[in-house]
Amino acid sequence: MAVLLYRVDERLIHGQVVVGWGHALRFDTVLVVDDELAESAWEQDLYRLAAGERHVHFSSVAGCAASLAPLQTDDSRTIVLTRGLAAMRALGAQGLLKGAEVNLGGQHHADGRREVLSYLHLSTEDLDDVQILLAAGIDVSARDLPDSTRVPGAQLVGT
Amino acid sequence: MSEVRGVVLAHGPMAEAMVDAVRRIAGDAADGLVPISNEGKGPKELRRELDEVMGEGTVLVFVDLRAGSCGMAALSSCRDDARRIVVTGVNLPMLLDFVFHRSLPVDELVDRVVTCGRDAIAPTAAH
Repeated sequence: MAVLLYRVDERLIHGQVVVGWGHALRFDTVLVVDDELAESAWEQDLYRLAAGERHVHFSSVAGCAASLAPLQTDDSRTIVLTRGLAAMRALGAQGLLKGAEVNLGGQHHADGRREVLSYLHLSTEDLDDVQILLAAGIDVSARDLPDSTRVPGAQLVGT
Repeated sequence: MSEVRGVVLAHGPMAEAMVDAVRRIAGDAADGLVPISNEGKGPKELRRELDEVMGEGTVLVFVDLRAGSCGMAALSSCRDDARRIVVTGVNLPMLLDFVFHRSLPVDELVDRVVTCGRDAIAPTAAH
């Protein structure tokens, strides 16, 4: 079935995703798209521990389409996670986000980032990536938890 | 023998509050615990803060949720060092037991605090 959620969150699989979004979406499969993690077996094991009973797959950005295809044709209730906006923008460039909503869920403070929302700190490059996704007709918004206020992408880049 | 040190790593204000509760109940024995919050910290920053307080010697890292940023940071930090042990599902009874038994051999101490934490969870009849 169609992917339930595309989310940008630098913590990837963590409490808000497993508990908050897990309760709302009842997903059973997570596809983590991250070039570094796709090559690190021990870190994959850690993230699998964090996901509990759910199936967790790892993919590079380039390999995402191939990893996603079987999950969209079976009964999997899948969410897709990337650590940052650059990877999500790359998925958009591959045409994988047509008709999808991209959720910006968590980016903490770091050099070069400024606070846009309490849970979302974005760099100039991040804001450019939001613009690119919006220009491609992809619905982008920020929301850390399902019952939080949804902040549209256009508002984020306008702040 | 040096005493085992403890780190409480949890979401929001939970770690600070738990260590404060231990101090209110057990007094200066709470000095054996260091609280760390994940509030406003990305994975790298949280891992760096945890590594900084680890130091030398044996450390038990108590975390609230295994399936969370705290659990991930702890498991990642302790992965290559047998002197660093992660205990998930932290509760107050296990911390109180820990601070009074830090001189035990670490294997015995871990069994003890885990058992204490589990035994503390029980339904209580109204009558």
